[in-house]
Amino acid sequence: MRTYILAVLMLFAAASATVIAGGYDVGDKATDFKLRNIDGTLVSLADYPTAEGFIVIFTCNHCPYSVAYEDRIIALNDKYANRGYPVIAINPNDPEVQPADSFDAMKERASEKGFTFPYLFDEGQQIYPAYGATRTPHVFVLQKDGKDLRVRYIGAIDNNYGDADAADEHYVEAAVDALLAGRSPDTETTKAIGCSIKYRK
Amino acid sequence: MRFRLILLFALTVPLTLRAQQLPPASTVIEHAGISIPVYEGFEALAPLFAPRGDTTVIVNFWATWCAPCVEELPYFEELTRRRTSEKYLIILVNLDFRKQLSTRLIPFLEKHELQSTVVVLDDPDANAWIDRIDPTWSGAIPATVIFNAARREFREQSFTSEELTTLVTSFTGHAQ
Repeated sequence: MRTYILAVLMLFAAASATVIAGGYDVGDKATDFKLRNIDGTLVSLADYPTAEGFIVIFTCNHCPYSVAYEDRIIALNDKYANRGYPVIAINPNDPEVQPADSFDAMKERASEKGFTFPYLFDEGQQIYPAYGATRTPHVFVLQKDGKDLRVRYIGAIDNNYGDADAADEHYVEAAVDALLAGRSPDTETTKAIGCSIKYRK
Repeated sequence: MRFRLILLFALTVPLTLRAQQLPPASTVIEHAGISIPVYEGFEALAPLFAPRGDTTVIVNFWATWCAPCVEELPYFEELTRRRTSEKYLIILVNLDFRKQLSTRLIPFLEKHELQSTVVVLDDPDANAWIDRIDPTWSGAIPATVIFNAARREFREQSFTSEELTTLVTSFTGHAQ
């Protein structure tokens, strides 16, 4: 019995360690998910059989960096959704910690801004640690590889959060353009300052 | 009691960070007795991250809109207030948006009367400088780097008062 409990404890410890140390590198296989969208439906990447890949963006309502990028996220979806790379936005925050990121607040913001893409709620906060998102906004460009989804780019949208016109490196666009042209992105990872993802300690 | 307060004040004032200990800034915002250097581009601030002898330097990256950052500021303030020697320096590197400095940062500093040295880093191309602080930094704030000539540690986390004190003491060698 004692051995059994110990084994269970060790398994549990291993599982939680995996969650903490989780997160993808470029080249890794990414998990699909089934998360609630602001329109009440459940959305999975499998719901997009004709997509070539996805621009998965962990973002939220409250974070000024996310807000600064809202128009650029809409523009990415406008540009790439019908070319096979739709934007899938996911709010990773626990609304108990950050009430501005509640499901109702997500609906409001999406309606104000006219989001043209799914804005999903990471209920239970299982998906952002699996991807290794640490901040908002945090982008993962995925490409379909047979039945799998392959991570091809991780990082920032561009190199100027404050002024879209002043940005001279458009990382996500460059990555998706490369994938559409059958190449690997020249820049596969970038970093940006962002808001930490909010969870209960 | 009043005498002790005055004494404490007299002891602390000469020890607040002198301007010459900071790299020269291209812009300095002056408002209501508050003077905040603004570094336009990481290069200008980079010398701050070079070790300086026995002194332990604690640099915290924060913003007024970052709730966990604001929550831990009092612990950095406590360290600044308790500072009785040149053994350590606390520098709060603010990352508020440039256009919001007068509407957000200055009112925040006026309200909270921060004693620690506050500087502004205005460099939106963060991909170019995050790794120079630490390659393990994802870019989320709060984040803190602490270093002296012998050692350097980086933490992408929020601190409790105890955690911060323990970390600083592990550098300065004794309880502050």
